[in-house]
Amino acid sequence: MIAEQTVVSLEGVRKEFGRGGVVALEDIDLDVRAGAFVSVIGPSGCGKSTLLRIVGDLIQPTAGEVVVNGKSAHRARLDRDYGIVFQDAVLFDWRTVERNIGLPLEMTGWSRQRRAERVRELLELVELGGFERHHPWQLSGGMQQRVSIARALSFSPSLLLMDEPFGALDEMTRERMNLELLRIWEQTGSTVIFVTHSIAEAVFLSTRVVVMSPRPGRITGIVDVDLPRPRGNETREQPRYAELIRDVRRTLRRGGGFEEEADAGSETDLIVAEEGL
Amino acid sequence: MLMGRRPVWYGLGMAYAAAARVRDAPPAAERLLAWARQGGLLLAVLGVLWGLWELFRWAGEQTGLHIGQFRVNGTTFPHLHDIFMTLGEPSRRNGPMLIEVLRDSAFVTAKEAAAGFALGASIGFLIGVVLVHSRLLQRGVLPYIVASQTVPILAIAPMVVVWLGGRGLPSWFSVAVIAAFLTFFPVTINTLRGLNSADPRALELMRSYAAGRLAVLVKVRVPASLPYLFAALKISATASVVGAIIGELPASVGGGLGNAILNFNQYYSSAPNRLWATNLIAATLGIAFFLAVVVAERIVVRRAPENVA
Repeated sequence: MIAEQTVVSLEGVRKEFGRGGVVALEDIDLDVRAGAFVSVIGPSGCGKSTLLRIVGDLIQPTAGEVVVNGKSAHRARLDRDYGIVFQDAVLFDWRTVERNIGLPLEMTGWSRQRRAERVRELLELVELGGFERHHPWQLSGGMQQRVSIARALSFSPSLLLMDEPFGALDEMTRERMNLELLRIWEQTGSTVIFVTHSIAEAVFLSTRVVVMSPRPGRITGIVDVDLPRPRGNETREQPRYAELIRDVRRTLRRGGGFEEEADAGSETDLIVAEEGL
Repeated sequence: MLMGRRPVWYGLGMAYAAAARVRDAPPAAERLLAWARQGGLLLAVLGVLWGLWELFRWAGEQTGLHIGQFRVNGTTFPHLHDIFMTLGEPSRRNGPMLIEVLRDSAFVTAKEAAAGFALGASIGFLIGVVLVHSRLLQRGVLPYIVASQTVPILAIAPMVVVWLGGRGLPSWFSVAVIAAFLTFFPVTINTLRGLNSADPRALELMRSYAAGRLAVLVKVRVPASLPYLFAALKISATASVVGAIIGELPASVGGGLGNAILNFNQYYSSAPNRLWATNLIAATLGIAFFLAVVVAERIVVRRAPENVA
């Protein structure tokens, strides 16, 4: 795939809920290039999850155009062009880890044997080898989310949509999952759209951070993240990291969504960063 | 053991043990202790019930207690041990033991009830599946399904027997249909509820895979409905036995427990123990049906331990 190719393109997207009701999104223009890691950040109610669902054709925009992989979002969904990960793992209790990951492959008619091979690969990728026969309730929250990521990657979609995937995890697990996600992203070369509440997480992971403001949901600004790769724990100690966090924070403030953005993790990060400067 | 032969209980026990083995079971000693504790509790509860029965009878006889025409005495409240003893006595002069007669009757009724249960549960489930896909149908049909349960079953049972009998169907089948009539309702209601209980994000997930209705039904809705379905099946299992016994009364199906009840009812004043013994066997049959569903549930439903009722 050519590096400059656009995977997702939104033009003038608008979403109203109810008849003449609340405007959730307005004037959304956004291009996501192949291989990019784009985070969407904003306070609750800014419509970032709605945006993600519009890209995935899980809800329809009221107006505007959505193009995914050069076709309509609807066509792209039918072609299974993307994998999706939610805040909760949404695993099926009645299926083992193996059969949860294999579910999308089952839908596309893969043979049992091909499925088993692919699942083994994926379990290795998310470092859960040996847990094939476990049931979801026997795993920790972080492990469940890794299963859910493996499931989303199972059919090698070019696009990965993630809706606050680590929002329910504790800070330690979240940081470890961030590192894993980066590794997986680099290994698979897929494009990621990542919705999050955490400024630190967005900056750490992304190539670009899209900042949104609420009522109605709009894009306030886009921060390009030029931190060197590969990123690791030392990335968080670089002055540039702190600067970028401040940039995102200022952009959020400009959008009027700052007071509601009270993520404990990013708060601490900012204090540490500003003292360091 | 009450059934005379060992296969029924033995089979149930084996299936139960197999189901227990499938799950990650605790060590053997611990499990044995748990079983012993459960068994002890069961005996204690039975003992207390026995005591209450005898105490009530004794107090009734001492004080001449009566409620309207109903007197508490040896006829209305036979000794429990007498009831059990009756099972071992001949049912008539030089005839087989009562328990053998009742065992045969129980098998006749069990066959009708099982057929009725299978029929009713299948129809109930299918109605639930159809209704969950159409809100319009749900609104149009559900009231009549509810209304169907207000029909006095004793009144329509003879009609069912006449209709179906007239079409050359065996009378046990008529009884099964009557049992099914009691069985399907809880299954329909709970299936509907269970199919709707699927996690909305799981449905979104399936949508992202471009899954069709059938795939969503088979892979998400039905598995999600199983705990609800089994709750209904437990109710239906016992209801099907009751339905079969009620169905036997007007259907004049020979040889079932319903028949035995009618028969021993006529001799109640001289031999009350026999009717009580019949009730005991009928109750045992209902419990066996219930346990069969419990065993099936343990084998089929895989849920987080805290989500298993």
